[in-house]
Order: sequence, then structure tokens, then C-alpha cells
Amino acid sequence: MSLPIYVQGAWFAGAALFIVGLKGMSSPASARRGIVTAGYGMLLAIAATFLIPGLQNLGLMALALVVGGAAAWISGQKVKMTDMPQMVAIYNGMGGGAAAAIAAVEFAKGDAHSTVTTTLAVLGALIGAVSFTGSCVAWAKLQGVLKKAIRLPAQNTVNVVLALNALGLGLAMIIMAPAQPELIYFFFAVALLLGLIVTLPIGGADMPVVISLFNAFTGLAVGFEGYVLGNPALIIAGIVVGAAGTLLTQLMAKAMNRPISNILFTPLVASGPGEAITGTMKELSALDAAALMRYASKVIIVPGYGMAVAHAQHKVWEMTEILEEAGVEVKFAIHPVAGRMPGHMNVLLAEAGVPYDKILDLDEINGEFSQTDVALVIGANDVVNPSARTDKSSPIYGMPILDADKAHNVIVIKRGKGTGYSGVENALFYTDNCRMLYGDAQPMAGEIIQHLKTMN
Amino acid sequence: MDGLLALYIFMLAAFTGYEIIAKVPVILHTPLMSGSNFIHGVVVVGAMIVLGQADTPLQQAIGFFAVALGAANAAGGYVVTERMLAMFKKKED
Repeated sequence: MSLPIYVQGAWFAGAALFIVGLKGMSSPASARRGIVTAGYGMLLAIAATFLIPGLQNLGLMALALVVGGAAAWISGQKVKMTDMPQMVAIYNGMGGGAAAAIAAVEFAKGDAHSTVTTTLAVLGALIGAVSFTGSCVAWAKLQGVLKKAIRLPAQNTVNVVLALNALGLGLAMIIMAPAQPELIYFFFAVALLLGLIVTLPIGGADMPVVISLFNAFTGLAVGFEGYVLGNPALIIAGIVVGAAGTLLTQLMAKAMNRPISNILFTPLVASGPGEAITGTMKELSALDAAALMRYASKVIIVPGYGMAVAHAQHKVWEMTEILEEAGVEVKFAIHPVAGRMPGHMNVLLAEAGVPYDKILDLDEINGEFSQTDVALVIGANDVVNPSARTDKSSPIYGMPILDADKAHNVIVIKRGKGTGYSGVENALFYTDNCRMLYGDAQPMAGEIIQHLKTMN
Repeated sequence: MDGLLALYIFMLAAFTGYEIIAKVPVILHTPLMSGSNFIHGVVVVGAMIVLGQADTPLQQAIGFFAVALGAANAAGGYVVTERMLAMFKKKED
């Protein structure tokens, strides 16, 4: 298909704007401009596509654009920041589904293609279909529709058998191209089932890595189908995202100290009781907590997902502002896997109005805890567990943690005495410099604010 | 499309993606995942081409599905990314 120069030019410009936009997104100051730039690229590419001569079904096309676009636009406007990860998952799954559907139409047309083209079409279809159903499962889990991790007996064997089946059917389609409709149906059925079965047993804590992986998958699928359609803009956008997503997935897996294969194939369970923890948990009151922080010179707040669930981030920021007015230096320390996606906690704090230069990363802040008067841990657990440093028998041994235990005083706001996501006891809670403040994060922060106000 | 030429594009695009992300601070990981999610929404262009060449009702149905999904990917990805990034402020602002 030869295309008019203005269509090709617009696609070229679109691809360039994507890369410039993505580059802009790599720094907080230019990030907003980056996404807007990429947005113009998208509009340009879509508008130009309408101008391709001889295209049929234009009415149907416009209708599909409006239906899909409007539904997503409205849901995207309404979603709460805490629910962002599952929203990203579902939009990503749709992209994978679109890539698989493109391949399906190409197969249904049965035109003769070269072996290379058919191979990439099959690969794109397989990856796209897996990303589609897998992302739907990820959405259902994070949204709470699917509550439990469902593990089949001999899960790993089932995974391997299904994957081999999908590959075998794909190979048959490449050899026999153009393939029989029955073979095509069967191939897609197995591919969709594969995404479902692989994702079902994965626990909620590991979901961010899975979402990121599927994001990379969809990128690759889009790139492959771009080749099939002879469209370099699709290839560039798809492969850039595929590579970026793969790297992002690796960074996350590294932050959790678990290889990706481990996340996909073995559930995280407490393997043993770990070393016995000595000492007791000591309580303190909100008044004492307020006084401790008010007369400190430096406080580091370590927020976890529990803070977001309690919607306490606004109160916490209000408390921070009062402390700062009183001359206390306050910083936020964020673990790479705090929240339900890396960087999710940053988004939630940003929503509450916390400036991003107050929010520090694990590597940046860990050296500062030893010169800190109070570390305030809110709704975080495993990411401050010193057992990860010392106890080789602990299931989280080796995970990089925030060294909150090195602060002179540690205050932990926590709802009850339970263990964290991994089910591991937290040695921090039993140390001599640690005090527990039992209660829901939001009312607790409110109480501390009340006490702080009386101290000024 | 020339297979070898495509291979060059694949390689350069992969390096570009890798290089762009390698320097990104953790604070931006969520918006960035969402932003790259938006960018592969360009799949909608491919879906439009396929629907534009669909002949049978079955092809039209799958093509329609593809365009709707692709459009949702692009529109949804844009909205949530923009919303998140709009919140990032420095202290002085």
C-alpha cells in the first residue's frame, strides 16, 4: 500500500513527538509538558489516518473511536488516585487486545504474507492476547473484584503446557499460512486462556511488577503488528515502550529483591517463623507523639500503602506544615515498592500537595536516619523491617529497606498488632527506641494535629 | 516493508526506550508507566487501517473492536497520566 506523503509525514511527526514527550516525562519539572506533547503526536497520527485514500467503514471507525475514547476518557477522569494502578492495567490490556485483534483481522483476510511477516503477526497476537486477559485479571484483583489468589494444582506445569500449546499452534499457523479458521480460533482461545491462567495465582503485592511486564508486552505486540502493517510509527512507539517497560519491570523486581521469574512462578509465603524476636511492643499516646516531634529538629515520615488506604495523606501534610512552621525539618522517605506501583506513593503525596523535592528515595535518605530525631512510620511494615538486613531465615531477607530503626526515636502508627503483606513479624516494633501508636492513620494524624496546635 | 530496515528501526527504538527510562527518578515511575501505556495506544492507528480494509462482517466486527480498544487505551492512558503529572509541584509554586 503506497501512502500519500502527508499521511507518512504526519505519522513521522507523531513518532517524533512521542519520543520528545517521553523524554520530557523523565523529569518532574517537564513531565506535564511531555505528556501533552505526546498527546498532540497521537491526535496528529489519528487525524492523518482518516486521510488515507480508499479507506472503507469510515463511519464505523469514527463510532468506534468515540465509543472507546469517551468511555475511557470519562472513567479516567473519575478514578481515584489510590485506584490508579488498576486503571493503568485495564487501559494497557485494551491496547494488547487491540494488537491481537489487528492480527486476527489480518489472519481472517488470509492474504499471502512472507514468513517473517506471519511470524511477527503470530507473536504479536500471542503477546497481545496474553496481555489482554492478564491485565483484566490484574485489574480485577487490585479492584477487589477477585479477592483470592487462585492456584491450580500443578500450576507451573499447566502454565508450561498452555504456553507450549500456544507456541505450537502459532507455529502451525506460520507453516500452513493462510491458516484454517478453526486453527485461528483455537490459537486465540489458548492465548487468551494463557494470560488468564498465568496471572490468576499472582498475589496483590506482586501485581505492580506484573502490570509493568504486561505494559512492555503490549508495547512489543504493537511494534510487531506495526511491522505487519508496514507502519514505522507503530513499530517505533511499540518497541520504545517495550524496551522502556522491560527496564522498568527489572527496576521494580530489583527493588523487591525478587527475580521476575520468581514473581511469576512462586507465591510469596512465610517459609518459616524466622529468628525469634525478643522484647515487647511499647505503646505511646498521641500527645507524647506530638511532643516528641514538636521538639525534634528533624523528622522523617515513612508512609506506606496503609496511609493511602486510610486517606490520611492530607492530614499528614497538614501535620507536616505545622511542624515546619515550628522549625522542625520534615522529609518523606519512600520505599521503591511502597504503594501498589513504584512511585504510586509519590502520586498520592503529590495529590495531598506535598512538594516533590521533600520526597526522597531510599538511596537518598537512608544515610540520614542516624541523624534523625523521629522516624514516623505510617501504614508501612515490611519496608522498614530490619530482619531484611540481618535474619537470613526471613522470607524478606535481602530486600533493601528504609533504615528507620536507626533514628533516635521511631513512632509507628498502625491499626493493630498484625503482620505485614508478607505475613512476617516486624523486628522494628520490638526495638527499644520504637513506640506504637495504635489506631487508624487519619484520626490519629488529626489527634496529633490538635495536640500540636496547643503547643504553639 | 523491507525486513532489514525494520530490524534497524527495532534496534534503535529499543535503545531509545532503554536510554530514556534509565535516568528516570523513582518518583516518576508510576506516571511514566502510565505515559508509556498511553504511547502504545498508537495501536489505534493500526486498528483504523485494518478496519478501513475490512471486507466481511466478521472482519468489520473485529476491526471495530480493535479500534474501540485502541481508542480506550490512548484516551484513558492520556487522561490518567495528565492528571497525575498535573499534581507534581515544587515548593515555591
